[in-house]
Order: sequence, then structure tokens, then C-alpha cells
Amino acid sequence: MDVFSDPANVDVYVTGFLWILKLTIAGTVGALVLGVVLAAMRVSPVPVLRWFGAAWVNIFRNTPLTLIIFFCYFGLFSTLGFSASDDIDRNNYWLGVIGLSVYTAAFVCEAIRSGINTVPAGQAEAARAIGMSFFQTLTMIILPQAGRAVIAPLGSIFIALAKNSTIVGTIGLAESSNAMKDLINANGDQVISIFLAFAGTFAIVLIPTGYGFGWLARRLAVKR
Amino acid sequence: MSEEALIVLENVNKWFGPLHVLDGVNLTVDRGEVVVVIGPSGSGKSTLCRAINRLEPINSGTITFDGRFLPEEGRALARLRSEVGMVFQSFNLFAHKTILQNVMLGPVKVRREKAAVVHDRAMSLLERVGIANQAQKYPAQLSGGQQQRVAIARALAMQPKALLFDEPTSALDPEMVGEVLDVMTSLAKDGMTMVVVTHEMGFARHAANRVVFMADGQLVEQAPPAEFFANPKSDRAKDFLSKILSH
Repeated sequence: MDVFSDPANVDVYVTGFLWILKLTIAGTVGALVLGVVLAAMRVSPVPVLRWFGAAWVNIFRNTPLTLIIFFCYFGLFSTLGFSASDDIDRNNYWLGVIGLSVYTAAFVCEAIRSGINTVPAGQAEAARAIGMSFFQTLTMIILPQAGRAVIAPLGSIFIALAKNSTIVGTIGLAESSNAMKDLINANGDQVISIFLAFAGTFAIVLIPTGYGFGWLARRLAVKR
Repeated sequence: MSEEALIVLENVNKWFGPLHVLDGVNLTVDRGEVVVVIGPSGSGKSTLCRAINRLEPINSGTITFDGRFLPEEGRALARLRSEVGMVFQSFNLFAHKTILQNVMLGPVKVRREKAAVVHDRAMSLLERVGIANQAQKYPAQLSGGQQQRVAIARALAMQPKALLFDEPTSALDPEMVGEVLDVMTSLAKDGMTMVVVTHEMGFARHAANRVVFMADGQLVEQAPPAEFFANPKSDRAKDFLSKILSH
């Protein structure tokens, strides 16, 4: 019998991808906010902030995501007692969001920083010359232009984030890769079709997403 | 109060590494005066202009604007800069904002004025520089001359006490220089205090109250334009004028 003709199996599949969707959305928001703040730190005139931003990028960009997610579970939760929810799944979900955000923010920071380098120095000078503060110059003049310059690379980072969300399965969340493993364990004769269903779902959603970011990048590009 | 000079530079020195770009410069600009700074490339005239609103910090000496010393980087300096308009060689209009937004941004965000009030003022300024019909366009859609006129309107929108021009026509195609100089000439006639770094000798002749000649970071000579162009005193100025006026 076909594995997906059983509603219980479909439920496992749908639940798995709903977790991926939630992890991706929350992770994107977290990584974007954190990444922009880190990029602002890295270009700020305050040495301590610059140091902090650089340290964050060097630590989290060079640590495997699996280790970071493990640390969120065994370090933050088991050892330090940080708990985001009494519900075990919700708790694992939020631990996963923290790990994904912290990790992806390092990449977002570097993308934004390279975007800042595309903004001519004269833009900041003109802003300062009309009396804008450093913060106003950064948020109203520099970051809007820097962000538009790096939409395409940010898209790649967020697509990677969507796929990286499966790593949260290692701390027990029933996301798609765990769902696939369970279905394969129970239906060993249909490994290929189960694999194709899960991999295909990622491809069907992410390929148009990639083109969408490309379209957005062209549409919002700052003309000089 | 209004009798004292608006801008006073006293014994200003600045080095870029070993290069002494401003060497003991003393300069006084009175209210309503138009001072044109000329000199060969690398003589420090742009640096002088940028030092007045501290886009270029100086190493020693004092700069006074409207009776106050230039503050350190921070809130007080931002307030001072909002009172000194600046027009750049490369226009530097905010590329992601429309022409109208470019002109309105300073008054609304820095001065916290009401958008409706600023909108009317911005439109009449754009009218004055002849670009009101392009208000909704983006900078990249305008010619260089138009962009520079917008940049002047943007500076004027802050209702500054003085305007600094750092080679405002040097990046323009020759046929667009005139339209920008026309706007500047009309500002000069209206009594705006202006410091203009330029290579446009015609503008210096007819719009300046005083010509300041710089070379090697030093302020070599200053005089009313008629006197300076007819009878330069220093050898450096004679040499410079013979090179640019012989063609």
C-alpha cells in the first residue's frame, strides 16, 4: 500500500513541514534583527561594540550548527535550566529558534556589512552635513541602501536557514527529517518515494523562493 | 552680535600623515559675504571647506561659527552642521529617496518640523531651483546639473546661516555648469553667506566679495576679485592665473 494513502502518515509529513515552516519564519526574523544589530555594531565608532560584533561572527560562523543546537539543548536547557515552554515540543522549538538565529545572524551580519561597503561614503557625509546623528545616518541612509544591495545573498542565507532547520530534529523535534526517518523505519519498502516526497517538497518551495529573492533584488535595487 | 564675523578660522593646521594640508590658515567670513577659494589641485581648499563643518577634523587651531567654537563629534556638532549647508562635488543626493524626500528629510528628521509645513517650503525651493516638476523622481533619473540644484535646495531647506560649496561644478558636463552657477549667483545676491571652492573664475569675478588664493596648504593671498585678477601680488597667484587664463 502507498505510504501516503494512510492519513496518519500524511499527518506526520504535514506536522514535520509545519515545524520547518515555523522554525524558518521565526529563525529568519531573529537572524535578521540580530544580524542588522551586529552589522551596526561592526561599523560603529565604539571599539567595544565593534569587537563584540566581530567576536560573534567569528564564533558562530565557525561552529557547526549541530553543535550550537546541541548546546542550546544540553547547555541552555539541561544544564543552565533555561526553559521556553512547559510543552516539550514547544520548548525544543524555541531552543531551535535560538540556535538557528544566533548562527544565521553571523552570516546576515556579514552580508549587510558587505552591503554597507557598496554605499558611497558621500551618502553618509551628506547625511552628517544636514545634522543627522550617527544612528539616524545609519538607519535612514546607510542600512536601507545596504539592505537593498544584498537582497539576493540574504535570500541564499534564508534558503540555507530553511534547510538547516532540519537539524533541530537532532534534539527531538518532529520536524521533516525526523518525520521522514520515522516513515522510512515503518515503510522500508518505499524508501525512495518517501525520500523524493520530502526532498521534493523542499525543492518545490525553495526554488521559487530563490527566484522571488532575485526578482525582489532587481525591483528594489538603488539606481545610481 | 550680528556685527561679528560668522566664520573665523585661526591658525588652523591639519596633516594627512606627513602632508601638511592646512598650514596656519587664518580666515574670516562676514555675514552675507561670498568668499571664493581658488588654487591649484592639492592646495587644501577642499579640506578648508570641509573643516568648517568638521567633516574634516583639524589638528590644531580654532574654528568659530556664529560665535561658538566647533564642538566635538556628537549632538552639539550635529546641531551646528544643521545650520551650515553643504553642497558636494558629487552631489551626494540620497539615492533611495525621491527628490522631494531628499529636500524634506533634514527639516523633518533633524529639526522635527511638521511635514506639511516642510513640504510647502521644499516645493517652493524646488521651484526656485527650477526642478519642481521632477519632485517625485529619483536622483539617478536626473542630469548632473539638476541633481546639483536639488542638492542646493536640500541645503537651503535647513534654512542655514551659511552655505559651503566644495567644487560644486567640477563633476558636471560643461553645458550644465551655467544652470548651477545661476542658482548660486542668485543666492549670493540675496545675501547668503557662502564659502565656495571652485575653478570657475567667471563666478569668482562676478559673484564673489572676496577671492582667497591657496597653495600648498597656505592661504597665500586674499583680495576683492577685481583687484586679485587684475593685480595678483604673490608669485604663486600670478603663476596660477597665467596657467588658467592663458587659454
